[in-house]
Formats: sequence, structure tokens, C-alpha cells
Amino acid sequence: MVESTTLSIAPSSAVAPGFPEEGLVDAYRLMVLARATDERCLTLQRQGRIGFYAPLQGQEAAQVGASRALTSEDWIFPAYRELAVALARGVPLRAIFDQLLGNADDQIKGRQMPNHFGFRSANFVVASSPIGTQITQAVGAAMAAQRRKDAIVTISFFGDGATSSNDFHAGLNFAGVYQAPTIFFCQNNQWAISLPRERQTRSATLAEKAAAYGIPGVVVDGNDLNAVYGAVRSARERAVGGGGPTMIEAEVYRFGPHSTSDDPKRYRTDAAVSAARERDPLGRLKSLLETKGLWNDEQEKKLWDEVRATVAHTFEAAEKAAPLDPRSVFDDVFAELSPRLEAERAEYDALVREGVLKP
Amino acid sequence: MTELNLVQAINRTLADAMRKDPNILVLGEDVGVNGGVFRATDGLVKEFGADRVIDTPLSETGIIGAAIGMALYGLKPIAEIQFLDFIYPAFDQIVSELAKFRYRSGGQYPAHVVIRTPYGGGIKGGLYHSQSTEAYFCHTAGIKVVVPSTPADARGLLLAAIDDEDPVLFLEPKRIYRSLTGEVPEGDDRVPFGRARVAREGSDVSLFAYGAMVPQVLEAAETLSKEGISAEVLDLRSLVPLDEAAVVASVEKTGRAVIVHEAARFCGFGAELAAILAEKALYSLKSPVVRVTGYDTPFPYALENVYLPNAERVVHAARGAVRSS
Repeated sequence: MVESTTLSIAPSSAVAPGFPEEGLVDAYRLMVLARATDERCLTLQRQGRIGFYAPLQGQEAAQVGASRALTSEDWIFPAYRELAVALARGVPLRAIFDQLLGNADDQIKGRQMPNHFGFRSANFVVASSPIGTQITQAVGAAMAAQRRKDAIVTISFFGDGATSSNDFHAGLNFAGVYQAPTIFFCQNNQWAISLPRERQTRSATLAEKAAAYGIPGVVVDGNDLNAVYGAVRSARERAVGGGGPTMIEAEVYRFGPHSTSDDPKRYRTDAAVSAARERDPLGRLKSLLETKGLWNDEQEKKLWDEVRATVAHTFEAAEKAAPLDPRSVFDDVFAELSPRLEAERAEYDALVREGVLKP
Repeated sequence: MTELNLVQAINRTLADAMRKDPNILVLGEDVGVNGGVFRATDGLVKEFGADRVIDTPLSETGIIGAAIGMALYGLKPIAEIQFLDFIYPAFDQIVSELAKFRYRSGGQYPAHVVIRTPYGGGIKGGLYHSQSTEAYFCHTAGIKVVVPSTPADARGLLLAAIDDEDPVLFLEPKRIYRSLTGEVPEGDDRVPFGRARVAREGSDVSLFAYGAMVPQVLEAAETLSKEGISAEVLDLRSLVPLDEAAVVASVEKTGRAVIVHEAARFCGFGAELAAILAEKALYSLKSPVVRVTGYDTPFPYALENVYLPNAERVVHAARGAVRSS
């Protein structure tokens, strides 16, 4: 590791605002819901009931803290691990499961792999697999809001690996040049599949990369809901006040595999994961709630029982939904079905009619 | 001869080539410690060390740009792009740079880089882990494009790619990485570029395919034979350079052509084959050329079976071509 030569620049407001006390229990409930959903999804994938899953465990406080610092008018440009952000934006669990299943109720109509959801009603732009591409797009949306004089911000969610992508550098540069009201929210979960953070970049922190583009960069403990909330809230205030963009690096740890296709035992030890789990963001917030007298063991047990039951019955209901109409494959390529696609759909219909393909 | 699956054949071939030539190195995302997300480079870092099996940061343009520089300096880099769908940050380095280095330097600076990348659908990978976009690269002068469909050809074509003097895009049909095995020779026999393989001889209709579509087409040919239709299956193997003579000769024999690929139809590789047949075999054709391909939509996740060509669609098309003439 190189020694840090650039200090991260603190946000301009002197004291970062703390997470509103009345919202702490709700935030904890959300984090537990995300964790329980995640655990269930890993099992569902092993059972073959969903095709794929990318877990978020370890990133709940970062995602809920950031989401709660924003307004519903702000635009989210997620990567594919932002389950807790979607839940925090009020996306119903059922809609998440519909997407994981790609059923007839799925809002993206089964077009993408699990986790790549998008919900226009929640200002949650649809995710993509290519890394970092949402970063420049979030900057552009912020430039648009700036031109319309809307008092909103955009926020891009991405990981440590994305800081090596073209779009990260182009995005930070544009945002700096145009002072776009955007927040670059990097969840540094220490692993880009098998590549550890220290081999992704020689920079001492990821946030210090922002300095090269004339943008403040801050590092926060991503397991600390309060710290994340404060950093994002400050960044938001600066941005809507015309102070320009901020990059926030939330230090977290990816407890699970990159995805259900990944075997992390090939590149990291169980001991490293266990050590990281000692800083589990859920445990951290639970302790805080207990200290404040807002939580006890009985509530804890009740919450988990409730949440697990909700997750189970919501998924079972989603599983019973109708399958997608196969003919929908041809929709949404363009605003209108082109003559060529119309012909291809007719070709498909004929194959079904003649018994070549099953409907 | 050893019985291997396709990804094992690639793994063995990389190791064998690296043992013989110290100039060869492998670079890409997760290729070292992790052995590649499909395990194509499994064990290589252990044998050859991190200097020759390089885990890179997450940057495709970094991988290809650096590989070009290494090649210019005299090494033989084999770059892995994790999925063909993720190659586009490096598109500029491939299309504007790699493919044009020899030409734009008047032959002074050839850049011999082999790019290995898994492509194609059938693994429930949705939009970004399934595409078959070989046509973009086939359209670019200066880069060769090859696609094995058997473990033996994977070895032979990879050895030829490493030996070649020009950049090569080596497309790996990930759907059949493990689903079929075959005898793989252990020696240095290359499969020369520009030579199609007659995977099955026939006289009534020619079925053209490559990569993961070859097993589907062979299955179709088997079904057709039960109906008394003799189908010839040509596995193209090498798209650039293309074995035009074999394509034309097959249609001169059968008089009918069914072209099969996973990629979208419009401006897909099949369009080039159809044009060649129109130019060079028109008077041999007894029925119109038929294309069985992916539709002109992005690659869907939940409905990939609607999108992907299969043996049934090929049988239907071939039957139609034979019965209409």
C-alpha cells in the first residue's frame, strides 16, 4: 500500500447532519428486509427457482443511509447490487421478485438478468451489466436538471472496480467542468470479483481520485448508517446550492460471492470474511438502537420472524404470476413495431401455429 | 488424444503454448488467482507466475491497449475479455487501433494480439452475457475472427491464432464449454484459418453454421435424414478469412442453403454468406437462401428460447427449402 498523499476534502458544511432519530428504527427494518431477502434469494437460486442473484450483504447501511439522505425527486442511477436502495425508494418487494423471475408482472418485461431492475415511478433508472456506464449518464441527467433549474440531484451507485472504467473518469471530468449537481457514490466493497481493492488501483483511497477532477472526495465508513447519511446529505445540499458534485467512497465489505456464479473461496479466506462480518452494518445499527433504548431482543426476534414470513409469501405469490407473453420479445425495440419486426413476429407466430415451437 | 471438453481444451492449449514460448502471456480480468470466470485460465498463474498471467484492473480498453503495446514490443499477448458483451470499452482500441496498426504504419508495426472471449446465448445470461456480435468485427478490415465448435478445433484454431501474424478475435461458444467432449490431439497441429469443416456430408441441402449452433444443426440434420432429406453441415470455423470455396461448392452440390446463426439477422454474418451465394452460386440454387437466426431485437433474458434458433427451426427451414423446389 502507498501512503496517502492526498487528504480527502471534507464537505463544505461544518457539521454533517445526523440521521434523524425518528427514522432509525425504520432504517433498521429496511436493512433487515434487504438482508432477509438477500439470504432467501441465494437459497432460491440454489433451488433453481431464480436463475441468478447478486447479493448485497454488507452494503445495507451504505445503501439505506444514502437513500434516506435524498428526496423522492432525486434520480438514482444504480449498478446491479442496489436492492436496499430500491426498497428504500418504496419499490414493493413483490416488484423486485417479479423482476428476479421475469414473469408477466415484471416491470422490465423479463428483458434482463435478475438484479438489473428499473422503476421509473421511483426515479430508479434501469441497471446495466457493463461497469460504470451509469456514471456519465447520471452526470448528464444532473446537467439537465441544472438547465431546468430543478432543485434535485442525481446519484450514481458503483463499486471499486468501476473506478477503473472509462465512464468513471469521463463522468467525474464532465461533472467537474459543468459543476453538475450529482453525487458519485462508490461502494468500495473491496472486491471486483476476484481482484482485491489494493490491486485495482495504486491510489490510497478511491475518493482521492476526485481531487484530480477538482471535485471534493470523501471517505466514510459504509457500515455506519449515520456517517453515510451525513456525507450524502451534505453533498446533496452543496449540489442543489450550486456547489457542484461530490464523490463519496463508502467503505464496506462484500460478505457474499460476487454473484451466484462466483466461488469466492478461490481468492479469499473465510477468516477475512469473518473479520469483516464483525463490522456488520446491521449489528452496528442494532447496538445503536439498543443503546438509545429503541430496540430489544423481543423486537428483534419479532422483526426477523415477520420479515422472513413476508419474504417467503411474497415470493410464492410472485412465483404464481403468469409467465411473460413470448410475443413480447418483439416489443420495445423501437417506440413502434417496425415492419421488419412485425414480419419476424409473424414468422414466430407461424412456427408456433405449425407446431415447430411450443407457445 | 485426450477426451476433453471445450474449455479444458482451451486451458490445456494455453498452457502448452506458454510452456513452449516464453513470449506468450495472458492478461485480463480474474484470469489469475480466480482462473477466469469460466476457468479457461485455471492453474496458469500457478505454473507461469503473475508476470505472465496478469490480473488486470477492470478496464477492457486497458487490457487491449496494453496488449497492443506488448505486441508492438515483441511479446505475444493473449487477452481475455470476460464476455463479448463487455468488449465495447475496448472497441476503439480494437477497431481503430489493433486492426489498423499494420496498415497505417505501412507494415512497420504489425500488432499481433489474440483476444479470447466467450460469446453467445443459451445460458440464461440475458442482454449482457449472451450476445453474438461477431459481425461488428467481421466488418472491420485487419482482424481475423474464428469460432470453434469442437474441443479439437478449439485447440487447433487457438494454436493457429497464436502463430498468426495478425490480430485474431477468438470467439468461444460458452454454451458448449462443458456440454460436449471430444478427442483432442496433443501435438502442435493447427487448424488453418479459412478452412471450413464438413461436419456431415449430404446432398439435398447445405446447412451453414458456426460455434454453438453447430450441435443444433447436426441434430437437425439427423432429424432430416429420418425424413429422407440428406443435409450437409458446414462448420465455418473461420469467419475471417472465410472459406468461400467450400461455401460455394456445397451449394453447387445441394442446390439449397440454410444459414444459421444466433446473432440478429439484419446485417448479420449470414447476410455475407447469402451475398456470396448470390454472386457465385446463383445458378446452382433451386430454392431461395433461408436464414435461421436470432431476431432483430436485443437478446432477451426470460424469453431466450423464443429468440435463439434451435434444431426444430432449422429442420423446418430445411424442409421448406427442399419441398419448395
